[in-house]
Amino acid sequence: MYDGGKIILGIAVFLAFATFPFYSNMGRTVPKAEPKIDTPVIQQMEEKECVEPKEFMRAEHMKLLNEWRDSALRDARRVYVSSRGKRYDISLQNTCMKCHSNKSKFCDECHGYAAVKPYCWDCHFVKEEARDEH
Amino acid sequence: MSIDRREFLKIAGLTGIGIGLGATNLLLRGGLEASQFEPPPEGLTAERWAMVVDLRRFKTEEDYRRVIEACHRIHNVPDFGNPKDEVKWIWTDTFEHAFPGQKSEFIPEGLKRLPFLLLCNHCDNPPCVRVCPTKATFKRSDGIVMQDFHRCIGCRFCMSACPYGSRSFNWRDPRPFIKEIDPAYPTRTIGVVEKCTFCEERLAKGLEPACVEASRGGLIFGDLADPDSEVRRVLGSHYAIRRKAELGTGPSVFYIIGGEEYA
Repeated sequence: MYDGGKIILGIAVFLAFATFPFYSNMGRTVPKAEPKIDTPVIQQMEEKECVEPKEFMRAEHMKLLNEWRDSALRDARRVYVSSRGKRYDISLQNTCMKCHSNKSKFCDECHGYAAVKPYCWDCHFVKEEARDEH
Repeated sequence: MSIDRREFLKIAGLTGIGIGLGATNLLLRGGLEASQFEPPPEGLTAERWAMVVDLRRFKTEEDYRRVIEACHRIHNVPDFGNPKDEVKWIWTDTFEHAFPGQKSEFIPEGLKRLPFLLLCNHCDNPPCVRVCPTKATFKRSDGIVMQDFHRCIGCRFCMSACPYGSRSFNWRDPRPFIKEIDPAYPTRTIGVVEKCTFCEERLAKGLEPACVEASRGGLIFGDLADPDSEVRRVLGSHYAIRRKAELGTGPSVFYIIGGEEYA
């Protein structure tokens, strides 16, 4: 094999780089994401329910928020009729965050765990006490 | 194993159908029913919203300041403190600047100094909408020229298209320059164009625009298509001018200047 040493060295260096994310994270435990819903408004609710069932919200909230945004802003349809037939004002700041006033414990908990950085909060304002770095 | 032409075409056709069905399924999945959304029941509706600025009612600087403050406060409009970065939804300028086609050296002296209240004209034929590459700005069926801040990519075509200077660009992060953030309304971010939206979020709640409410009768708001509306009544009994109407934009903001009080 010509230049065998260089090739093997090259492969070794490549592998070291390519597998860096794996061994650098080896043994490191990331605390499980545990979003909290213990806000004053939710505590006072008799039946603790979101606009849609928990399972749906957990999996599809980002799609729902996109639909809400387009409906309210582009079609001026600012009322959402949920699958249970309840009506909600479409507003991230005034409807969602009224109950989920604990952004750092509710939103950021999972977003941080999943390493997603939604840019909602660049514009949508969250009061200082609930504010946290993304 | 060998396959003949007939066999190959059959398999290819079935594969094609399979891929098509799969793709359709992917596209349709996850969408929410359109009927789940309704317009707000208490909202104000119109065919074409319009505003009349009755300058006879604006007597002191305080009259202007109150109106501008009301708008800029509830919409979290930043104050950068220098004219280069200025962001404005409603502001004042001179007759000469607001109506360049109608200036002459013989207009009353008082009119030359009179501040004109300016805002987005919510044109019937808005040039900003035509040039927007992302449809971030669009015209609603009620005539409001809306700005979808989510979609704005900050190209500023709309700013060069607008003949009225109604649009402002956020050259810097606006948040630190907002005196007191109104928690009911979002702020904007750096790189986004903003302007007056005729308070569409207030109309949806059945309220008149904030400037109209603060103007104590100086601003009249209503439906241009309704012959019985307040704006039509005022326009039917007073001579009103519009900014640069000769450009064919069809502005929906009218100005009543009044007569001898500026002489």
